[in-house]
Amino acid sequence: MKFEEIAQTAKEEWDALQASAKPSIVVGTATCGRAAGAMEVMEALRNELKEREIEANIMETGCFGLCDAEPLITIKGPGGPSVWYRNVTPEMAGKLVEEHIVKGSPVAEHALGAAGDGQVDGLTAMSDLPMLKFQVRRILFNCGVVDPSNINHYIATGGYQALNKVVSGMSPEDIIDEITRSGLRGLGGAGFPVGRKWDSCRRVPSDVRYVVCNADEGDPGAFQDRSVLEGDPYSVVEGMTIAGYAIGAQKGYIYVRAEYPLAVERLENATAQAKEKGLMGKNILGSGFDFDLEIFQGAGAFVCGESTALVLSIEGKRGMPKPLPRPRTTEVGLWDMPTLLNNVKSYSIVPWILTKGADQFASLGTERCKGTAVFSLTGKMANCGLIEVPMGTTLRQIIYDIGGGIPKGKAFKAVQTGGPSGGCLPAELLDTQVDFDKLTAAGAIMGSGGMVVMDEDTCMVDVARYFLDFTQKESCGECSLCRLGTLQMLQTLEAIVAGEGDPDDIDMLLELGEAIKTGSICGLGQSAPNPALTTIRYFRHEYEAHIHEKKCPARVCKDLISYVISADKCKACMICLRECPVDAIRGAKKEVHVIDQDKCIRCGVCMSVCPERFGAVECIPGRLTEADNA
Amino acid sequence: MLDEIKFAIDGTQIKANKGDTILKAALKHGIYIPHLCDHPDLEPFGGCRLCMVEIKGKGLSISCKVPVEEGLEIITESPEVNKVRRIAAELLIASHHVDCLECARNTDCKLQDVASYIGIEEGRLKRLKRVIKDLPIDDSNPFFIRDLNKCVLCGICIRTCGEILNVGAIDFAFRGTGTLVATVGGKPILQSRCVSCGECVARCPVGALVPKNAERPTREVSTVCTYCGVGCGIKLGVRGGRIVRVRGDVNSPANRGNLCVKGRFGYDFVNHPDRLTSPLIKRNGAFVEATFEEALDLVASKLTDYKGDQFATFASARITTEDNYVVQKFTRAVMGTNNLDHCARL
Repeated sequence: MKFEEIAQTAKEEWDALQASAKPSIVVGTATCGRAAGAMEVMEALRNELKEREIEANIMETGCFGLCDAEPLITIKGPGGPSVWYRNVTPEMAGKLVEEHIVKGSPVAEHALGAAGDGQVDGLTAMSDLPMLKFQVRRILFNCGVVDPSNINHYIATGGYQALNKVVSGMSPEDIIDEITRSGLRGLGGAGFPVGRKWDSCRRVPSDVRYVVCNADEGDPGAFQDRSVLEGDPYSVVEGMTIAGYAIGAQKGYIYVRAEYPLAVERLENATAQAKEKGLMGKNILGSGFDFDLEIFQGAGAFVCGESTALVLSIEGKRGMPKPLPRPRTTEVGLWDMPTLLNNVKSYSIVPWILTKGADQFASLGTERCKGTAVFSLTGKMANCGLIEVPMGTTLRQIIYDIGGGIPKGKAFKAVQTGGPSGGCLPAELLDTQVDFDKLTAAGAIMGSGGMVVMDEDTCMVDVARYFLDFTQKESCGECSLCRLGTLQMLQTLEAIVAGEGDPDDIDMLLELGEAIKTGSICGLGQSAPNPALTTIRYFRHEYEAHIHEKKCPARVCKDLISYVISADKCKACMICLRECPVDAIRGAKKEVHVIDQDKCIRCGVCMSVCPERFGAVECIPGRLTEADNA
Repeated sequence: MLDEIKFAIDGTQIKANKGDTILKAALKHGIYIPHLCDHPDLEPFGGCRLCMVEIKGKGLSISCKVPVEEGLEIITESPEVNKVRRIAAELLIASHHVDCLECARNTDCKLQDVASYIGIEEGRLKRLKRVIKDLPIDDSNPFFIRDLNKCVLCGICIRTCGEILNVGAIDFAFRGTGTLVATVGGKPILQSRCVSCGECVARCPVGALVPKNAERPTREVSTVCTYCGVGCGIKLGVRGGRIVRVRGDVNSPANRGNLCVKGRFGYDFVNHPDRLTSPLIKRNGAFVEATFEEALDLVASKLTDYKGDQFATFASARITTEDNYVVQKFTRAVMGTNNLDHCARL
């Protein structure tokens, strides 16, 4: 079949859906939505519609990036605007169907916003939501919009035009030139120029080459690759097919974590449908170009995100990075053949670049980093979720304009970018632009795009300890510095947060950290000390307070805090006294309560049960003893 | 002839063969660079990070993987080099059982070499936490002990088993500090595919793999293994008239230092009380010691009773190929039969 016919069929299906006289309900059923209960909501909506004998189009879609609002559904009348409803529960289904679909009046109290024809009073336009207003969605274009298990939706919204353009007239050189001119840099985190990588892989003489997609996303707090795979799998498949055509490969592998079952399912479905349409397999679109994709499920080792370890893992060997000096994967990769390895997002944006052109891609971004970046916003922010912004957007814009700032009137303390390999940046650096080079210069990294915001209640020593605990466990054990060094750093940090820190510890952490960074084999070890090194660099006073004063200024580390009851505020209500699990509170009716500091286990129950109007229990830095009560 | 490459280590001009690594070339010239995971028989691993050197103009690099190049200038001692390898050595020692006097490898230990070269300072070492493993010792194999508590995870045993033996009985398992050299399913080594050749034991740089009942020999005797016709060159370690160790002779063209389980560990027959030291002839229902002349005369006289297919020969694989040739010649030409076999088809 010719592409024009395929596209026509797809367009007809899509247009029919848009113009359908039936009401339509779109449910975000990516993993995040499902975890929040989207499947139950969908079932409840179905039942409500069935009871009322209403025929409606119910469509599943991927993640729209508004984590706070999950389960997130869209209801469209027949006619009228589409209304997004947030935090929908199965119990709300009846009301939504009755009010919005039957009576035609959207339920403003549960609505997030509206879009399309005919605005509704009291509802914000979706495009005006702060979380969306500042975004430029190129990679996430289809996420939360189309049905990710229907290739016709992808094609109808512009998908596969790039592949058609490529196989019907572009030479591999033209493609690589276009990608190079776009300035696209590897979105897996390292930022290697994608065009140059494609070009060098193509130039290695070989009859066989492979295209591999790194979907081994493993950073705590990062979920952008999963969202793309679940919400727009076809873009990755198309991007890889184009890459295969450009470098001269006929086979590709997607290395995806087995912990992402929905992504695996969507990818399997996407490749099967692409094959059915003649967009993959033998003689793609009649061009004579053959390309096939295999989905390989990784067993969940963090280190297998490293290129050489990933390749070994596909080969059925233990994933351990190969030490330098060694040939690049583009020269000697999978089964010793030249192999192109890019991240999910890097492949996903390729069709966009080839359709819209390198110049339009490069119109956004900074001098050396073009296009957009996807971040998972998590932590102490009003709006958490998945966002896409132009390279060069400042941390401040992301955190305050998009993220809505720090809730509960707390003060911003730090932002951690790049996952466990990244670094923590303080308020002074909030005007840093996000791109590969500028974040690295500040001591953090772009990494996979995780962004964790911390407020004044976060202990930076404890944060460093958390990330070291992760990298220490995920070290592959190959090189001595990473295997043993991260453990030493972790144990030192554990001692510091337990109040057993030694005055030499900061210097030793710096010395160990530098040696591990310099001497380790792979990126895991070379970046594992970053959380400790950057927190020492920007928050040294917190380390010193833990070590010298035995105080946790953020009041997090249990061994370095105390709970006290203010004699002025205590109303002797007996609540905390009764609730204390270790009977550490003494007092009686009409007798101000006092915490026995030697018995207290700093669980914080007293503070949480003290009625808000009294607010008599306070957590203070430092460890008191009974002697202090005297 | 091999191409020769000239380069400099610490300002001294050195000639090396093309393809040699910096570490190999340095060691050949008697220049010690600390190392643990490298072994001349095996592919480079690059895990211990101890052989770090500075290559002028290129920065720090491990020396076990970098081939020599014309004009390279290598610096083995610099603050940058020391910063990394000292920490690596300290980390290894902080996690090692340093009961050296009780270790069979004492004074023959690569970790001791590293420590004494780099110079371990007690004050610095004390800053680190002691992280010692407490795993059960695997003594299932009759010939050697696996004490993973002493293992430095250099991977030499794994590469030996894979690259030299093609057996692959062991590999790395688990992650992080839990990383271990393990058999499939973590079973005792005797229940694995291990063929007990002891090649890993011979190469283990520390006391993680040691022969059972190891005694240090006072001298070595070069000879040929008596087990089969391959004729492996062996070095018998002798102590007080007893053989206490056997190792392969690296200069023997037959085995280039490698041995099988019999050659390496099967030497207790030499001093065994049941060993036959003279021929026995059965007289009146009981074996009686005899001389070789008596025994040969007896056999020769009995052989004359038979001819052709009444007769068959069964030869030993423990005699040389040449001797086996003579045996078959005798069987065919003298005894006139093709009834001939030997025991090397096990």
